[in-house]
Amino acid sequence: MISSLPFAALAHYAVDWQLPPAVFFFAGAIVVGVLRGRAQAAVALLVPLVGIPNLLGLTAATVYDVEFFTYTLEFLRVDRLSLLFGLLFHIAALIGVIYAIHVRDTVQQVAALAYAGSALGAVFAGDLISLFISWELLAVTSVFLVWARRTEQAAGAGLRYLIIQVFSGVLLLAGALIRLHETGTTSFDYIGLEGLAAWLIFIAFGIKCAFPFLHNWLTDAYPESTPTGTVFLSAFTTKVAVYALARGYPGTELLIYIGAVMTAFPIFYAVIENDLRRVLGYSMINQIGFMVVGIGIGTSLAMNGAVSHAFNDVIFKGLLFMSMGAVLHMTGKINGSELGGLYKTMPITTTLCIVGAASISAFPLFSGFVSKSMVMLALLQDDRPIIWLVMLFASAGVFHHAGIKIPYFAFYAHDSGIRTREPPWNMLLAMGIAATLCIFNGSYPHLLYSILPFPVDYVPYTASHVLTQTQLLFFSALAFAWLNLVGLYPPELKSINIDAEWFYRRLAPQSIQAIVAWIDHTGGLLKQDAKAQLKDFVDGVTRHHGPEGAMARTWPTGATVLWVAILSGAFLIASFLP
Amino acid sequence: MSDKSQQPSHPSPPQPAKASEKSHIFDNPQNVKRLLRIFYTTCAALFGAEFFIHRHLDHAVESWYGFYAIYGFVACVALVLAAKELRKAAMRKEDYYD
Repeated sequence: MISSLPFAALAHYAVDWQLPPAVFFFAGAIVVGVLRGRAQAAVALLVPLVGIPNLLGLTAATVYDVEFFTYTLEFLRVDRLSLLFGLLFHIAALIGVIYAIHVRDTVQQVAALAYAGSALGAVFAGDLISLFISWELLAVTSVFLVWARRTEQAAGAGLRYLIIQVFSGVLLLAGALIRLHETGTTSFDYIGLEGLAAWLIFIAFGIKCAFPFLHNWLTDAYPESTPTGTVFLSAFTTKVAVYALARGYPGTELLIYIGAVMTAFPIFYAVIENDLRRVLGYSMINQIGFMVVGIGIGTSLAMNGAVSHAFNDVIFKGLLFMSMGAVLHMTGKINGSELGGLYKTMPITTTLCIVGAASISAFPLFSGFVSKSMVMLALLQDDRPIIWLVMLFASAGVFHHAGIKIPYFAFYAHDSGIRTREPPWNMLLAMGIAATLCIFNGSYPHLLYSILPFPVDYVPYTASHVLTQTQLLFFSALAFAWLNLVGLYPPELKSINIDAEWFYRRLAPQSIQAIVAWIDHTGGLLKQDAKAQLKDFVDGVTRHHGPEGAMARTWPTGATVLWVAILSGAFLIASFLP
Repeated sequence: MSDKSQQPSHPSPPQPAKASEKSHIFDNPQNVKRLLRIFYTTCAALFGAEFFIHRHLDHAVESWYGFYAIYGFVACVALVLAAKELRKAAMRKEDYYD
């Protein structure tokens, strides 16, 4: 990693406060909690704006250690990796706050700032215990953004989300404590996959990173949040996990395979999913897959690709979620089966959405083009053609479902008859900022490249790269057009699709029900058997000792005399025996 | 499952289309046809461009003529057909979990 810090050119805007960036966000959350109305929005807006100069002023020498009994919590570790994610989260928070200016819901305003603060706390954590604290804060602050939708589904999805996220934190804590016991330190640096502690921490990161089979909290909860809440959710949790993997597990080969699966399987779901924000949830896992593969390869090129793609993804995925949030906000609908033709009344939103779609699809001049390609090239340099083919398939697929399907079914397709207006100015402004950044990073990547962890000697704009990528995308679009024209394209249907969540939402409850029923049934049989045996016993006792029983009869005196005579006779005979 | 249209509030309830509203660009099927024609021409041009632009190879796997174009098309058709099969296995009614 380059040792010098990246923001030297911006030193002019820096202030010398040397505070952990999270401080501003938590303080802001408290202030926003007591304010109401416009003052609330104004303070929320101020937080990232004040935070950025502080961030620019941080130096590697800045530490913020807190003694906790005999343990030292390192709340501030400044290097190129943490600063890049720090800057990214400030930008994401600023865009999110602008997008949510009109929201008059204290719960959401407080939760959003505290959530962003938790993410900043996590990327600047220098040890695993302070990472754990931020890790759990991420969970408990963000769940309120899901619950803020105040629907029955949101309540259920939020609870499932919270349980899974907190469990991830528990694994992280367990791993950290075992590591402390074994090595005497919990400093958060390269971990690698050796020993129980390393695996526990790996799985904890994997849950937040939406590894296959651990991913369903994302596609379950994110689409149930409010239009503005999802924008915040999409920015932080998974990218904190990507950061944590980049810090702890670079060059871990297993990540290449995990990442490749993550890029490929969600696109099938995305094609048939009806809820357009859930489509974006699946495409989010697909994009994180590219980052995970990059971290797994671990070369300078791959790591730069992973990290820069995380940067671009937060912005373009945020833009796509914002455009769908705008549709939901204005029409109250988000299912592809109920939308269509909105370009007539929301032309600006349509255009901004297409910018996001072009960026995620990695069109030349848009941001995905300059970052994803680094991971793809690194795969070929590492001589992994099979994985590369899988990821190329996923690259074509992402254009298919996120690049075409999202804008097409929301804004074009058949006219749903819905006539609405553009969303409020602040939503358009936030989307405009994000779209500008997408085009800026895509057309002038040098600024982004200059803040990456490793030196960049990659040139994205060669005639060859532009041609091949454009061919890939246009012929993917051709497939979409052809399938639509011949009627092979699956229509948007009012439905849901079962995924890995089926195991805990259907199989587990049903298994438990079945087990309970079996216990109940078997218990019933046992009870019947015991009852029958008890009855036999009672009957027996009654027969012998009951009022009619032989043992309860009053015996006549004569019988007694007879018995006495027999016994006396027997005694007499016995006394004559030798 | 409660209807998602029951949002707390959205500023303008969606209005039904008015018969008298102005015609938009894709209301005219001619425009759709024109767009598609431009699109097909671009695809053909891109496919042919490989004759003139030297493609830098990073690996033997990408060496066929038109590899990216063919792979993109085949990948997406396969994706959609496979997704239709997935739908048979995975699709449930909206209230499946309720």
